[in-house]
Amino acid sequence: MRDVAVLGVGATAFTSQTPEVNWKELIYDAAVKAYAEAGIDPRRDVDSFVTCAEDYWEGFSIFDEFTPDQLGGALRPTMTVCGDGLQGLATAYMQIKTGMFNIVVVEAHSKISELLTYEHIVELAFDPIYERPLSAEREVHPYYVAGLEMNLYLHATGTTEEQCALVAVHNRRQALNNPLAPYGARLGLQEIFHSGYAFTPLKKWEIASRADGCIVFVLAAGEIARRLTKKPLVYVEGIGWSSESPWISARSADASYARHAAQMAYRQAGITNPRRQIDVIEVEDRFAFKELQHLEALGFARPGEAGWLAQSGALGLDGELKVNLSGGSLGCGDLIEASGLQRALEIVLQLRGEAGARQVPNARVGVAQSWRGLPHGTGAVAVFARRD
Amino acid sequence: MSKKTEFGPPLNPRGRRLEAKELESITHVRAKVPAKYAWAAGTAMSRFLEELKNGKIIGRRCARCDRVLVPPRMFCERCFQPTTEWVYLPGTGVVETFSISYIDTNANRIKEPILVGVIAFDGAPPHCGIMHYFGEVKPEELKIGMPVEPVWKPKEERVGSVLDIKYFRPRRK
Ligand SMILES: [Zn+2]
Repeated sequence: MRDVAVLGVGATAFTSQTPEVNWKELIYDAAVKAYAEAGIDPRRDVDSFVTCAEDYWEGFSIFDEFTPDQLGGALRPTMTVCGDGLQGLATAYMQIKTGMFNIVVVEAHSKISELLTYEHIVELAFDPIYERPLSAEREVHPYYVAGLEMNLYLHATGTTEEQCALVAVHNRRQALNNPLAPYGARLGLQEIFHSGYAFTPLKKWEIASRADGCIVFVLAAGEIARRLTKKPLVYVEGIGWSSESPWISARSADASYARHAAQMAYRQAGITNPRRQIDVIEVEDRFAFKELQHLEALGFARPGEAGWLAQSGALGLDGELKVNLSGGSLGCGDLIEASGLQRALEIVLQLRGEAGARQVPNARVGVAQSWRGLPHGTGAVAVFARRD
Repeated sequence: MSKKTEFGPPLNPRGRRLEAKELESITHVRAKVPAKYAWAAGTAMSRFLEELKNGKIIGRRCARCDRVLVPPRMFCERCFQPTTEWVYLPGTGVVETFSISYIDTNANRIKEPILVGVIAFDGAPPHCGIMHYFGEVKPEELKIGMPVEPVWKPKEERVGSVLDIKYFRPRRK
């Protein structure tokens, strides 16, 4: 079966607000960069366009209808995936695999600063009959679910609060090396603890701030990509996704959604020992403990081991596991449905050797993982590699 | 079991009939969706709104296909190129299409129909215009191709909205 390569990527910087452009102009900016890098004209060369969006984030119903213009997709096959960017990438990957399409564009964005009632929309994702009344009655912020999950995870694995806080310290610091990231900072453990409990045992500064931004990927069938460019290509070697049952009370302590998604992607990519075979890792960390939980779910550590790795300095550019060098969601911001594509972007830059001050020498295989965020349990995992 | 038992009186003779309201309290859960947004109008549309406040209509020209886009956009969706130039339009145009609407948002029939349509502007090609109301015209007189002109709200009432134009009326020579 034909293989799938990344022909071009483009992204805007990520920022807390983007009042100077509307969402179409934001997407256009990222698309122009991706097409320039890929050396293609979307009006002529692209066979299909995939946008990742959810109506409530946008404030438009049937958002699918708004996607063609800013991608150059008017009067061409377009579609919207109501999910994270990696789920959109999976759709594009499959479209190419069928042989029906040679070049497919994937776009994911966040204009979340324009949603004035974010907490209420998250709350609207709770089961309306049983779960939402409990949240609405006393007007508790819906992120208390992260507190529930973290408490369960710490209890199940023996991971400590300090180990989780270290993730926030690392990722905010790593973001200083990423010119796209808005939330880089040199913080100590003390400051994370001092920020106070938001939802025990979760602290305020262990929660990623939201950000606006857009990322566009151009994927192409391997044989087409190799004809179009002489540059070394990054390939999508495997991609998987899965969803847990949405009942909050039935949630696993080990991010099962991510484990299943990883197994699916690893199987396709021939990954049997992720810790040895994978050089760069981007996992979802909207809440600091999630990085540790996801590292374990993806097979980089045994349950309870990821926290020790964080504490012993094994996570980061100088450690054994090169994790979230982009700064992760804590450093780049919670990009909502674009979060997974931001992770994929970092892996592509790393594998191409274009990651600047945070470059991992000779990185050849990388993994990007997404989690769609609270209150639900949907995750996706993509494995990328260079073959030259 | 005999048919007689199946359709007989309720098994609990002391039971009582549930009122509709009572029943609904357990068969349905009601909620309002608290969704509020503040969308950035963006580079092109902000200028458009500003010019409406000034009583002017402005578009953007695409140098590649030579269309003038109204409302203005920073890129041309046909050419996937940045638009290049601001263009003031006289505001006059023709009716490109219209419909005499007899039903309101709540699906009630209304006595005075609302005239809605698309105006193609002088100075811009067809299918580049805006939607609006028509006024000072009888429904039966409205025709596709009819020359029209905007009727602006007084300057002090304009807020930077497409409603700063009250409606379009047949052009007076
Ligand atoms: Zn054009």
